[in-house]
Formats: sequence, structure tokens, C-alpha cells
Amino acid sequence: MIWNETKECMSRDEIQTLQSARLVKMVNRVYHNVEFYRKKMQQMGLEPGDIQGIEDITKLPYTTKDDLRDNYPFGLFAVPESEIVRVHASSGTTGKATVVGYTRRDIEMWSECVARVLTMGGVGRNDKVQISYGYGLFTGGLGAHYGAENVGAMVIPLSTGNTKKQITLMEDFGVTTICCTPSYLMYLTEALEDAGKVDKIKLKSAICGAEPWTDGMRNEIERRLGITAYDIYGLSEILGPGVAGDCEHHTGLHVYEDHFVPEIIDPKTLQPVKEGTVGELVFTTITKEALPLFRYRTKDLTSISYDKCPCGRTMARLSRFQGRSDDMLIIRGVNVFPSQVEAALLELGGVTPNYLLVVDRINNLDTLEVQVEADDNFNFDEIRELENMTKKITRTLEQALGIAAHVKLVEPKTLARSEGKAKRVIDNRKLL
Amino acid sequence: MLIKQLSVFIENREGRLLEVTDVLAKHDVNIVTLSLADTSEYGILRIIVSDPEKGREVLKEAGISAKFTEVIAVQVPNKSGELQHILKVVSDAGSNIEYMYVLSTGINSSVIVKVTDTLPVIEALKKSGVTMYTAEEVYRFQA
Ligand SMILES: [Zn+2]
Repeated sequence: MIWNETKECMSRDEIQTLQSARLVKMVNRVYHNVEFYRKKMQQMGLEPGDIQGIEDITKLPYTTKDDLRDNYPFGLFAVPESEIVRVHASSGTTGKATVVGYTRRDIEMWSECVARVLTMGGVGRNDKVQISYGYGLFTGGLGAHYGAENVGAMVIPLSTGNTKKQITLMEDFGVTTICCTPSYLMYLTEALEDAGKVDKIKLKSAICGAEPWTDGMRNEIERRLGITAYDIYGLSEILGPGVAGDCEHHTGLHVYEDHFVPEIIDPKTLQPVKEGTVGELVFTTITKEALPLFRYRTKDLTSISYDKCPCGRTMARLSRFQGRSDDMLIIRGVNVFPSQVEAALLELGGVTPNYLLVVDRINNLDTLEVQVEADDNFNFDEIRELENMTKKITRTLEQALGIAAHVKLVEPKTLARSEGKAKRVIDNRKLL
Repeated sequence: MLIKQLSVFIENREGRLLEVTDVLAKHDVNIVTLSLADTSEYGILRIIVSDPEKGREVLKEAGISAKFTEVIAVQVPNKSGELQHILKVVSDAGSNIEYMYVLSTGINSSVIVKVTDTLPVIEALKKSGVTMYTAEEVYRFQA
């Protein structure tokens, strides 16, 4: 099923025509309503009339998270505050929070985008959807909630936490779909197994997002729960969940290009890269009313392809995320992404995909310790077997990362499980 | 003759062993005997308890994973050559001893033995006149 075939299956020409018209309109509106962008464009000697179509998008200035922080809270809004019907905000772990706003039409567009993703995941009016994303300032809960209501499903707004209750209601209500972070789904999978409930629930799909995960983790969850897991992508600055999602062919994330124009740039030179090359993902919103953004740098690393998907959808597809440019650790000069560790561990088996990277600097040398949980099913009766396991993991990680790591096996289920975003890295290096 | 031993993987951190024994004591699960094999980072605690099923269950509830391993309890009469005799029987049965530790049973010594292939070893030991304890007997021993 396709939620909005007219839009999702447009020809590439039609997409570009639509994007051009929307971009021109949006640039004009932003120039006249947002002082920050007007000043930026004036400094660059750029006038709204210079943007004639989508091919001119590269003339526009970039926007970063710092720009949002600097204009805290409502400085980048392009409509009067009376037009805003909702705000969300990201947690400000470093400095101020970033605040995003929505008009009534923005909320409608958001519900439309999430409905497209859910429909791709086979969710319809007969489904019962458990929303286990946080509700509140975080966009996950309400974003998924409105989309699920839009498709006509029965929505169970559980938010995060209280796993026992989540399992009870999942069983009692006959929940068919869950929306949550992949790490929480992994946690829930273990809890369901421990409670002997895997065969008692009616779950058939999961729509997971808000943090990067690997195909290995997806397969693992699908196998253990007997469900299909789909990816939903989004970021609050652009919309929240629903900017893109994947279909049953798992060919990458289909971006809703009638609302968001993706580009891939080299994060160092800031120049666009060739199609298929990995770089930093950048989005321009072309329909957002409250908070339109030019070329917002997501820090997410991925590549784009524009060929048609076997599902019939024509919009651009993003490949699996390779990590975030700011998640990247540089250890002994080598770029290391936590997601590489996860992928390597899943390939290996015998350990859970829960891990913790501890980076330190001892005698001016970077050290990497990878803490890995022994799988509950692993038969740890002999030191020799544990040592073999440790050696195997060490070799696999060294091949995957290109640097040697000290592998430390820890007891099953002792690494912190998160009900939101998982913490995978502790960097103890004191950098000057 | 098959005895269910609990194998617990524990990290070498302060108090962890105590936690395990604490949980068992609280639930009236008696530790008959134990051995600890360790490296600098982790260890394997092997325990024979009065009620293996219950022991595993209460440990699991406390968040500690324990696995069952099948072992045998062999009596070693207090005479020279007895242990050597047992080792030879095991070896002749085509099995290896992976580890063994003492089970204190009064005047005679006994050992808990983990071999690669348990059933043939039990048969061979029986035939050669070596006495083994049944699971019921072992679980009932009070140190
Ligand atoms: Zn598709």
C-alpha cells in the first residue's frame, strides 16, 4: 500500500518542477520574514530573485544547530507566534536547547509524512499501534502518534519506561505494531523472552527510529520476535520522525522530497559530492511554515540514490547511516564509528549487540576498550572458551575498525539499557 | 549419577561473589561445594547446590546468569593410587577431564569431575568398581 501515490510515485521531472516552484516561494517568504537569513543572504550578495529553481539550491547558505541555538528560542520562526500551534525542543546537553515550532499546516504535513512511513510498514486502520517513544518536548512520541491516528490505527500512547506495563498491554490489547528506538526494542525483546511472552503477543512490525542502527541489529530483532522492522528517520530541526522511511524492500530511506530537499556534501570542503558518495546529509525544507531552514547540516553521514525502488516509489533514497560526523571518534588517528562495532559484533554471534566503548589516553597513547556482554545463551563453563571468544572478538574488531581494541567480556545484561537513546561511548581523554 | 552444577560467569569486581552467595543464602539454597576459576578480568564460579533448579531461578531473578553443567561426583578412597586409577579409567573411556575440585564428604575424599563425555565415563567407572554419588546424595550433603 502507498499512502499518497500521486506524490510518492511522481516522475523525477515532476519532482524537480514541484521542488523548484516550492523553493522559489519559500526563499521569498524566508527573506522577508526571517532576519537571520535576510542578513546572511545580503552578506553573500544573494537576492531572492537569484533562486530560479531547484538547481540554484547550492547558492543558499548553510544552517547549523548553532544557528538555532543562537536564535533561541523563536528567532528563526517565519510566522507570527500566534500562528504557532506547537513547539518541541531538543534536550540541551551542551548549552541551550534548540526549539522548533509548527503551524497547523506544519502539523498536518508532519502527520502526512508519518502516515506515509507507517503505510510503507504495512500499518493500516486495522492495526493497533503502541507508541513507545517519549511524549513531551521530544518529537518522537507526538510525531508518531499523529501519523498513526492519521492512518486510522488504534493508538496506544505508552511513551517510554515501565517495560512490564508495556509488555502487559502489548499482550492484552493485541498490539500489532510498535514505534520506538531500536535500542529500546532490543531491550524489550530480551524482556519479552525473559517473561516467556514472545509467542503470546500479536506483534508483526516495528517502526524504529531516533538513533542509528545496523542491518545486523534489524535482522536480530526480526528473528527473535518474528516481526518485520522498518526504519523511520527524522530530526526535530527539519520535522521530527517522518522525513524518510524504508519500505519492505529495505533499499534505503525514501525521502519525502516534495517537502524536504536532500543534498550530500563533503563535511570538510562543504561542496556537494557525486551521487552515491558518502557525505554529510543536508536538508532544505520547502513547505515548512513555522521554521523553514536552508541547507540544514544534519551531521548524519550517508549517500543518496535516485533510481526507482522496486516498491514503485520514485523519491530519493538514503543508504544506511554510516554514523554521525560528530559521533565519530578519532582514536590513534583512525576514524571509528560506534556503529561499526555493533555491526561486527552481530556478525560474530555469541555476544549481544550491547556494547560500550571506553576511550582513554594513557602515556599519550589512545586506548580503546570495548566492553561486550556475553550472550545469555553462551555456555560459559570454561575459561578456555571465554578466552577463545575474547580473542575472536578482538580479531573481528581489529579487522572492522583498523585499530586494536582491548575486549572485555562483561556479565550478560549488565551494560546500561536505555529506554531512549543508548549511550555507547565514554571518552575519558582529557584533550587540551 | 549426573549432577547439575551451576556455572556463573562473574566479573572480577568487588563484592560480586558475595552477591551470588547472598542470593542463594537468602533463598535457603545451600552451597554444597564450589570452585572458582579466574583470570584477571573475570571468573567462572562453579557451584553444587542443594536445589539446582531453584538456585538458577533465584540467581536469574537477581540478574545473575547461571548455566547448568553436567558433572559427576566420584569417591576417592583414602589410599594411594586411587585417584590415579580413576584418571586412567576416564582416559581409557576416551574422555578428558576438563576440571575437578574437591567435594568434602567426611572421612573419604570425593571429587567433582567435569569430563568431555559424561555417560561413557560413568559406565566405565561403575565397571571398574569406583563409587559415585547420586545427585540426590550430593545435593543433601551439608558441609
Ligand atoms: Zn521502496
